[in-house]
Formats: sequence, C-alpha cells, structure tokens
Amino acid sequence: MSEPALDPRERSRIVRDGLGVGIATGTYGISFGAVAVGAGLSVAQTCALSLIMFTGASQFALVGVLAAGGTPLSGALTAILLGTRNTLYGLRLAPLLDWSGARRAAGAHLVIDESTAMSVTRTSTPAARVGFVSTGVTIFILWNAATLIGALGGRALGDPRTYGLDAAVGAAFLALLWPRLHNRRNRVTALAAAGVALSLVPVTAAGVPVLASAGVALLIGALWPGPDETEWPEVDR
Amino acid sequence: MIWWAVLGAGVACYLLKLAGLSVPARVLEHPVVERIADLIPVALLAALVAVQVFASGPALVLDARAVGLGAAILLLMARAPFLVVVFGAALVAALVRLV
Repeated sequence: MSEPALDPRERSRIVRDGLGVGIATGTYGISFGAVAVGAGLSVAQTCALSLIMFTGASQFALVGVLAAGGTPLSGALTAILLGTRNTLYGLRLAPLLDWSGARRAAGAHLVIDESTAMSVTRTSTPAARVGFVSTGVTIFILWNAATLIGALGGRALGDPRTYGLDAAVGAAFLALLWPRLHNRRNRVTALAAAGVALSLVPVTAAGVPVLASAGVALLIGALWPGPDETEWPEVDR
Repeated sequence: MIWWAVLGAGVACYLLKLAGLSVPARVLEHPVVERIADLIPVALLAALVAVQVFASGPALVLDARAVGLGAAILLLMARAPFLVVVFGAALVAALVRLV
C-alpha cells in the first residue's frame, strides 16, 4: 500500500491514544511480577518471561500452571496454545503494516492484543504503523519495568497466600476472559471448558485439565456454525 | 527445568507472532480454523480460572479464592480497570482468611 503522508494532527492523536492504552496496560505488569514470584519463579525468570514471551495471557498461564503444581512442560504448552491467537492478529496486520525483513522481525515481537486493537481498524499503512508502534513500544517498556517492580515487591512480601495473591491469578484470567464473553458460543465454550477442566482435576496430573480444555474449543469450533469473523480484542481507553 | 519452559515457550510465542506476519493469509483462511482459533483462548482462560480458583492439588475445594473470584466478577461488572480487579480479588481473599 502507498498512501500520502499522515496528517500531523491525526498522527499525534493516534500517538496519544497509543500512549493512553500503553500506560493502562503496561502497569498490569506489576500484578504479573508479583504473581510469578509468588508462584515460585525467580526474579530473573519472571523478567525473562516479560522480555522474551511478551504476551500477558501466556505469561500468566505459564506461572498459573506452575503455581497449581503442573510440570514446566504443561505450563509451556498452555502458554504456547494461548500464544496462537497472536498468529491470527499477525495475519490480519501483515498487509496493513506492510513490513519486511528486520522491521517485520522486530515488529513481530510487539504483536499483542492491544497493539493489534489500536492498529487493525486504521485505514492506511502510515496510520496503522503509528498506532501499532506507539502502543506496542509503550507497553513493552512499561510492562517490563512494572514486571521488575512487581517481582521485587512480591519477593519482599513473603508468603503470597497471606495477601491473597493466589486468588489474584484467577481474577487475572477472568479479567482477560471477560471481554470475550460477548456471544453465546463463547459463553458456552467457557462454561464447558471450565467444567471439563474441573472434572479432570481429581484424575489427571496438574496442568493436564487446562490443556484438555482446548479440546472443547476444537469441538465447538468444528460443530457450531455461525459468524466466523475474527474477533478483535477490546482495550481500556 | 523452569528456565527451559521460560525460554522455550518464550521463543515459541515470538515465532507464532512472526509466523502471522509472514505466512500468506489464505493458509489460515478457513472458517472452521478461524472459529477454533478464536475459541481456544476462551476455553483455556476459562479452564485456567476454574483450576486456579477451585483446585488444590488433586482436590476440588471452595475456599477464600472463590470469594475473591466473586469480588472479581462484581468489579468486572462495574467495569473496574484490570489492576483494580486483580488486587481487589486478592484483598478480599486475604480478608476472608483473616476472619
């Protein structure tokens, strides 16, 4: 795509929106840092997750499965399965961002819910790039700084149960799930997946129930016809 | 072992992002594939909520975490921001354990 250069006022408006979403989202990193250390990860492992994985739901999933006594392998697989939605975002963003080579490789790291939401609705490549980069870079910097603060704070706190941090993990997953419960198919999927997971808890190793719940998505996705537009994440503005 | 999970899953998640920006869209342009891909995070997140809140090792339990989850639901219905939901649930669970 080739478009005329972006109007400066339009550009600064997009940047301002990106910064706002970035600040609101980046600070979640505090809760991730505190929860990860409470789950038994070292501060270095916690920070490595935010730097390398850099996709919140997968990071929470890895530490959540470990905290529940699951093996590192089942934690990693759950995180990777959750990371597949970023592939879909990338597919939709690719023609809009129109990057190749080193820029594409660097940009790929920033493909997450919020950067996608702030760029996928733009109508030109320059506008999409400004929205994507301003949101993605702001979140990357703040998410990593906040992770370190949360991890150091979490270590200083001691036993996470005293502060209810074990309950915070469930709340974090629910907050990530909440905006996706807008139609009946998704609500049925969520309830069935929770039921399948709980019924497997007593009879399988920790970590397996969550992985098995992906089967519910396969089944309902294959059998339940209906609108199949890819859903875009919502963001706090 | 935890380091391997951190690094392995971290690199895999990056490659999934890069694949999206690199492969032609038609590879995944099948309605069933798109539907399943949309439902996978819904199923996994719901299962994670359930297991985090109601499992304790191999046992199913109702404890302070369930009260924390109830607080999270109320906060989400009131459209509270993410951090308020997360730490609000933690605070409520901690208070329940005190009494």
